[in-house]
Amino acid sequence: MSEYIIKNGHVFDPVQGIKGDKAEIAVKDGKIVDKVGSGAKVIDAKGKTVMAGALEVHAHVAGPKVNAGRWYRPEDKHFDSHKTAGITRIEGGKSIPTVFKTGYEYARMGFTFAMEAAMPPLYARHVHEEIHDTPIIDEAALPVFGNNWFILEYLKNHEVENTAAYIAWILRQTKGYGVKCVNPGGTEAWAWGLNCLSIHDKVPYFDITPAEIITGLMEANEYLGLPHSMHLHQNNLGNPGNYTTTLESLKLAEGIKPKNNFGREQVLHSTHIQFHSYKGTNWGDFESGAKEVMDYVNRQKNLTIDTGNVTLDETTTMTADGPFEHHLQSLNHLKWFNVDVELETAAGVVPFIYDPNNAVFASQWAVGLEIALYAKDPMRCFITTDHPNAGPFTRYPRVYSWLMSKKVRDERLNTFKKADKVISATTLANIDREITLYELAAMTRAGPAKCLGLSKDYGGLKPGMNADIAIYNINPDKFPSSGPEIEKAFAQVAYLFKDGKICVEDGKVVDMGHKQTFWVDAKVPENKQVMHDIKEKFLRYYSLNEKNYPVPESYAPHQHIISVDATQA
Amino acid sequence: MHRTSISSPWMRPRHEVKRMNTVTLTIKKQPELYLELEKVNPDTFAGKKADEIAKLPVYQGKEILTLGDFFTVTGDAGATAADTKIVINGDCTKMKYIGAKMTAGEVVVNSACDMYTGSWMTGGKLTVNGDVHSFCGLAMKGGEFTINGNAGNYLGAAYRGDWRGMSGGVLRVKGNAGSDVATFMIGGTLIVEGDVDIHLGTHMEGGTIILKGNANRRVGGQMVKGDIYVFGTINVMMPGYKAVADVDLEIDGTKAKFTQFIGDLGERHPKRKGETVYGNLYMKK
Amino acid sequence: MPKEVTDVICPFCGTLCDDLIITVSDDNKTILGVKNACAIGAEKFNHQRLPGRVKRPRMRQADGTYKEITYDEAIDWTAKMLVKSRKTLMYGWASTSCQAMSIGHEIAEKVGGVVDNCATVCHGSSLIAIEDVGVPSCTLGEVKNRADRVIFWGCNPAHAHPRHMSRYSIFPRGFFTTKGHKGRKIYCVDCRYTDTAKCADGFIQIQQGFDYEVLDAFRAAARGEVIPDVVGGVPKEKIIEVVEDLKRGRFCVIFFGMGLTHTMGRNHNIDEAINFTRDMNDYTKFAIMAMRGHWNVTGSGQVLGWQYGFPYAVDLSRGDQARHQTGETTSVDLLNRNEVEACFYIATDPGAHFPVNAMISSSRKPTVTIDPHINCTTEISDIHIPVALVGVEVGGCAYRMDNVPIETRKVVDPPEGVLTDEELLTKINNRVDELLATGGQ
Repeated sequence: MSEYIIKNGHVFDPVQGIKGDKAEIAVKDGKIVDKVGSGAKVIDAKGKTVMAGALEVHAHVAGPKVNAGRWYRPEDKHFDSHKTAGITRIEGGKSIPTVFKTGYEYARMGFTFAMEAAMPPLYARHVHEEIHDTPIIDEAALPVFGNNWFILEYLKNHEVENTAAYIAWILRQTKGYGVKCVNPGGTEAWAWGLNCLSIHDKVPYFDITPAEIITGLMEANEYLGLPHSMHLHQNNLGNPGNYTTTLESLKLAEGIKPKNNFGREQVLHSTHIQFHSYKGTNWGDFESGAKEVMDYVNRQKNLTIDTGNVTLDETTTMTADGPFEHHLQSLNHLKWFNVDVELETAAGVVPFIYDPNNAVFASQWAVGLEIALYAKDPMRCFITTDHPNAGPFTRYPRVYSWLMSKKVRDERLNTFKKADKVISATTLANIDREITLYELAAMTRAGPAKCLGLSKDYGGLKPGMNADIAIYNINPDKFPSSGPEIEKAFAQVAYLFKDGKICVEDGKVVDMGHKQTFWVDAKVPENKQVMHDIKEKFLRYYSLNEKNYPVPESYAPHQHIISVDATQA
Repeated sequence: MHRTSISSPWMRPRHEVKRMNTVTLTIKKQPELYLELEKVNPDTFAGKKADEIAKLPVYQGKEILTLGDFFTVTGDAGATAADTKIVINGDCTKMKYIGAKMTAGEVVVNSACDMYTGSWMTGGKLTVNGDVHSFCGLAMKGGEFTINGNAGNYLGAAYRGDWRGMSGGVLRVKGNAGSDVATFMIGGTLIVEGDVDIHLGTHMEGGTIILKGNANRRVGGQMVKGDIYVFGTINVMMPGYKAVADVDLEIDGTKAKFTQFIGDLGERHPKRKGETVYGNLYMKK
Repeated sequence: MPKEVTDVICPFCGTLCDDLIITVSDDNKTILGVKNACAIGAEKFNHQRLPGRVKRPRMRQADGTYKEITYDEAIDWTAKMLVKSRKTLMYGWASTSCQAMSIGHEIAEKVGGVVDNCATVCHGSSLIAIEDVGVPSCTLGEVKNRADRVIFWGCNPAHAHPRHMSRYSIFPRGFFTTKGHKGRKIYCVDCRYTDTAKCADGFIQIQQGFDYEVLDAFRAAARGEVIPDVVGGVPKEKIIEVVEDLKRGRFCVIFFGMGLTHTMGRNHNIDEAINFTRDMNDYTKFAIMAMRGHWNVTGSGQVLGWQYGFPYAVDLSRGDQARHQTGETTSVDLLNRNEVEACFYIATDPGAHFPVNAMISSSRKPTVTIDPHINCTTEISDIHIPVALVGVEVGGCAYRMDNVPIETRKVVDPPEGVLTDEELLTKINNRVDELLATGGQ
């Protein structure tokens, strides 16, 4: 395998505490090494920024609701489908890219890993078929548990061991990575047209509360010692005044200690927290609750969050929070896709236009930026758009420009049609902070890697780690001053190394690399009760036989399996 | 409530004679399949001389040829789209996208055309002296599009899946049109002087449709808002419409009494100042 | 000793039953028996052992007879046809695996094909409607476990999806439906009294071609608006009575089929049914589902969806963009208008299903048909290439009518030397690459 030496670049690596110093990075046999021979190919990174490959911690990029979004929105590809010369396939889709475009665009932006945020276990085969077809980037998927009948029944009686055994079984069946929990209890209620908007609302029939589900899943996650923590999409998404639900949910993590062999320090990852940080009682008196939420997050060290930044585009919302999507379509009357999934979950899809002329949407934009700018520890706050819900992931460079330059974001803020209203409903105008390149590296590389339990090999440039490296045309000494320049630099890497191979050069895809599907194989003590329950439910309630449920090996030809042994718990 | 007459908005003061450069395309060879002429509009021609225009690409499946392979090109374009007039002579029955996306200027086609003629136009004047096929005038935003012939299906409709259809401009068909005319219309004026088949103004949410002839069935199905004037007959009325009044109106130069129906009562409707705003279907008595 | 293969997925209709038990001879060559399948599914497996199976490609001669050729010759001829043609219709796909489709799409992108599947003459109307207005739906297990009101509108599962009613929609006892069909109210809306109507509690006879109007009246009635005395042959009292009864249901689902997709207005009928479903979600839980006919037409829609963003009628002929417009990029229109100059059919039989004029047009173009059997299409093709029966002789992923993916199984070996779709398409893909590298000759 090739040897490379990256010279003269400004390195930003929170893992080693390198804050822009010029340093050499040596690559050999897919790893970062101390040094290489004289025959190594020289990559001159003079005047450029060098970081580890970025990790996407939460995006909807592969699976049944993503695909429903694709094919039911031909207009999302209209005048957009294109192909660049070279080895790439046809690309298309502004808010929901096709799988080819997804892989290429992430790679062009310097990403080497993406986490599919929500995998319904019954549809796991679909998720993996799409992951298989998504080029270049490594991927994993989080199966959803927060509305699963097994979970609801076990946690009603606080049976943490049974819960853990079932989770381990699902991870193996679905080649899943961890525990995702979306609108706990509320999505099961949605199967009857209802919802759980507070964490104390009881789920119809199952008679359990979201608070019990959240707590139980965190405990089960730590019992197993999984690389990632429980990953939560809170109840009451998107409603004015919901920041109280958020704080109540986050408080459930108090006192729970992380238990794992991966260096993970959080027990709860709260996702797209922008959508959950609203004050006020209606859309008229809507206000930002970002400060209140971030005050708590900053104090509570066993939490991580990701932002969910609104990008002010026409996009598509899609989530396992089924009742929320029903609510949204009643507001904007746009086409609504919904599917309730037996025993497990649901999903909804509705297009959405975040018109900057609208004071509420512009305020949501401000809230998302406040979240990141109030974060004291960039290793615990990651930048996302909950793609495609708050905006397409291809807008990350634009989000970075707003965070890294007060001038650029103030330009946007002050030119809103309803700027006065937005400024009075939020606190963004008073924030001077500008995220630095070093902090950005924490928020997009080192932090997500640690949060996902991958910090041994990913998210940094320390010798021994995987050679996933992004080199940007950004000179830290002459940081671009205009929004478009910042965006361009982050949108098209000078080089992307993945597993020590150059996959993107000058923004152009040159090699497909060797993508892998990451999943977690957790060993638990034999559990006859859970195995019996599984057999029973397949026999009586599922519409599919148990033997046809697992994801076949052929769907994931290159697997990166992380083993966890919970038999000694 | 009386409405004022609706007439062509494009009136030029006498003293302002616009000097336009005319590019004439004359067919010299027919394609074996169909040609995609997405480069044939004033915007793409603007600033080009005849020989540059002849080099513009045309597409026959995966084969890329030039305009000059199929047309003789005479005349240079104007400096801008607004200064450019294109006249096309010869049989264009197998040519798609003529005049699509034009923003200004003038295009005259002395022939029948295929699909997407004048689609996504935002300004200028397009005249077809012949029939047009389907998917013409899609999502029209502005300008004037006149068809001196018949139109196929999906005239002035939205693109697949898009809820934003025709929103501006004036689209006039002298002959008949097919089905799915003006689906998802949100603005502008569409006039059919002949008959239409089924599904006129489905999912309409604004704009004006004037049908001088007859409709088969399903006029104003699922209409949220907008105005449809029918001079002729409808074979079967949608059940979601109820008569509310008789009114005297002048529509496209004709004064007559119309029965006003409101609907579609099966559909949602916006409210203004506490009052529900329905779609209107006016049937000439 | 014969052996039993369990949990076998039936590759016939969109119900995609996965509980079949197939008895296979111990040399793995012959299917001896089928348990749990309906008559159609059983035949799909049992006919495997019938004599007369085509085992090698056939090429049409000048006198109209067919002569056997080798796979290599057929592959070479096919690749040359694809490379030469400026726009090729690549239609079918509904009876092969997702893995095979993926290879086919690679070829289409290289040679300028229009990839279309059987939805184009079936539930394409439903897909158009969903593209316009979305769809509130659910998985079949939700129907089994929760539904207490089931409406069959313009479909006849008793004939077309025989085990649907016993596995999902009328008879099963689920978690919240322990009384089975006794706890469900079944409605059948059709222009004629079908065998499915015989299982229904309420039959609503509707004038053919008036579903859109009747659904409009249903929606108006749900909103409490005035409706005419009779709509589409249905008295207003009946409409109001049914709507009120549905509002009292806990979980209602509409299954629909060709009665909506193929009568006047087509996609608009489904659009209105979807909007009725959507409106009713303001009162109770309501879902709607298309009774997909082929066992993997849904899969073709999914693969085309994630690779190009559209569910069928995907025009890749320009090579650098994917476009979709039903009425333009759909198979029947392309053939009727002579917009393609070669035809490539796989896992389908348009000769039996397309309008005659379209097939006359097709028969005049160089045509390759890939199918295990001689059928109406192979007999007007230049080349017929036989392949293994997917879901019987080779596995591969399929998607059920509710989009749930299930990996079908290989139960017996294909006939000696017969390629699978995946193997054949891979060879064609490689030959196309070779020809393109050398300038296409």
